[in-house]
Amino acid sequence: MSVDRVLPTPEAHDLLDLVRDLIGKEVAPRAAADESARRFPREVFTTLGAAGLLGLPYPEEHGGAAQPYEVYLQVIEELAAGWLAVGLGLSVHTLSCFPVAAYGTDAQRESLLPEMLGGGLLGAYCLSEPHSGSDAAALTTKAVRDDGGYAVDGVKAWITHGGVADFYTLMARTSPDGARGISCFHVPASAANLSGGLSFGEPERKMGMKSSPTAQVRFDGLRLAPDALVGAEGEGFRIAMAALDGGRLGIAACAVGLAQAAFDAAVSYAGERRQFGSRIVDFQGVSFMLADMATQIAAARALYLDAARARDAGRPYGTQAAMAKLFATDMCMKVTTDAVQVLGGYGYVEDFPVERYMREAKVLQIVEGTNQVQRLVIGRALAGPRP
Amino acid sequence: MNIVVCVKQVPDTATERKLRSDDKTLDRDAADGVVNELDEYAVEEALRLKEAHGGEVTVLTMGPDKASETIRKALAMGADKAVHLVDDALHGSDALGTSYALAQTLKKIGFDLVVLGSESTDARTGVLAAMLAERLGVPQLTFANKVEVNGTSIAIQRVTDYGYDKVEAVLPAVVSVVEKINEPRYPSFKGIMAAKKKPVEKLGVADAEIDVAQVGLAGSWSEVADFAAAPPRAAGTVVKDEGDGGVKAADFLASKKFV
Repeated sequence: MSVDRVLPTPEAHDLLDLVRDLIGKEVAPRAAADESARRFPREVFTTLGAAGLLGLPYPEEHGGAAQPYEVYLQVIEELAAGWLAVGLGLSVHTLSCFPVAAYGTDAQRESLLPEMLGGGLLGAYCLSEPHSGSDAAALTTKAVRDDGGYAVDGVKAWITHGGVADFYTLMARTSPDGARGISCFHVPASAANLSGGLSFGEPERKMGMKSSPTAQVRFDGLRLAPDALVGAEGEGFRIAMAALDGGRLGIAACAVGLAQAAFDAAVSYAGERRQFGSRIVDFQGVSFMLADMATQIAAARALYLDAARARDAGRPYGTQAAMAKLFATDMCMKVTTDAVQVLGGYGYVEDFPVERYMREAKVLQIVEGTNQVQRLVIGRALAGPRP
Repeated sequence: MNIVVCVKQVPDTATERKLRSDDKTLDRDAADGVVNELDEYAVEEALRLKEAHGGEVTVLTMGPDKASETIRKALAMGADKAVHLVDDALHGSDALGTSYALAQTLKKIGFDLVVLGSESTDARTGVLAAMLAERLGVPQLTFANKVEVNGTSIAIQRVTDYGYDKVEAVLPAVVSVVEKINEPRYPSFKGIMAAKKKPVEKLGVADAEIDVAQVGLAGSWSEVADFAAAPPRAAGTVVKDEGDGGVKAADFLASKKFV
């Protein structure tokens, strides 16, 4: 079912039409098979890139499409409804471009962004480590400055597109000074061509999103040029948190899309399945579940779009982004679980997509800050600075 | 090279298509209009020829105002400009009338090469390319699954039941393409934006020096005498395998010319 969207411009409607066309022909038809085969659909991202979708919220002068977050996120939502690994992959790519776009020098923006946003390259974002997840500022990967640039040593964990990305946006420690000792680097995968020092773990064997590789990224004396530094030394944690505010909205949009897909499958099934002589959708026990699902999805969509509009207006939106991520992903877990329930035994088998949706939903409560961290963010904003 | 691609707006084959009861023409309001699928391959081939040899791609459409959606799609794919032949007098034209109207327009706007799909999914006459070539007095190279241009000469592979024929001609010429020829590109978002600024020239019958007696319902040589809804799909033929299932399956495929 196509979601009726209020969009700010005619061009946004054209964009969504193009996206739906691509999803129907190039994305959704292969989702189930590639998930089952754990096959990463790199060529789907090539197709999206050729259509100009890999840099939507960035300025046109650097190869972006100058779309507001309000529109970009609805593209993510539709893609996630077609295939979560693709919607989330695009969100991660867009997040990975943020530090250079927002904190890079003019020279870095001019030399790097056209390729990053132009569709040919795919990005990854390296913040988490095996022992530093929610406590991101405890990261230990080091970038040591010498006369030739930086030497990087350490291990990053849970990296979406790890091993298949063309560039890695890296947060590494340049001094022991806690959160203020972290710096941001742009690492092209080709940086390892000269001196080596970049390798990847085996892709994790995950509960869902099996087509999208999640792997450790290992740095072993990787050499980076001085201009790989993005922003000032010590500014990395601030950059990482700012990037995550946008990334959280991407995850919220993914959650709404995935829930919508599960809901559509449940409504369609309930309208066809007959028991006791009636369609099961006519039983109140089922229709009330569906009514709750529809209401929760609409509420989550309104919440992330409200945060997006605040961002587009240049207003602070971090707290709303955390609320949207928290609400949308918890909602998605509930809705996908209920969708399995509506389909009964058929919901539990791979012949229908809803069991996959339910497995995929779980990760959204964890990534880009667990939902406990989202509550922390919201709670801190309420408490204000410590006296 | 000045390439003109003829594209037609047709009702979406995925929706229920109807004829109007009053004048027995297509009910264009009953279904969504889309670009005739084979014409998308024609646009793609024209763009590839332009990318290889330079020049310009012009989209030519004959149809009501609504057909401008089709023009925009072709422009979004990368065509440079468009001509929209639109006039109430053209309503109901058959293939002969349409080929006359398009030929008059092509003479007016000029061309080195005309490319179009080998048939449309609505009327499916499959004769327009041949009629156009005759009207224009230029060679026809139809049912192409490969096109090569070399200077002023053009060669195609013409798909046949037994393989393909190699057909060569000198430009200007008319080429019709089949779906094996390429994989049409998706428009990019930037292409969609740019398409809004590309020139679309609207021509009426007078502008293209079209004699109205030769077009429209009244000017058509063929006439829809009657029509009826397609019967519901009948049950298929069930072949019981009594040791000769393979032979029967092969015979069936051969009877349909699949093998």
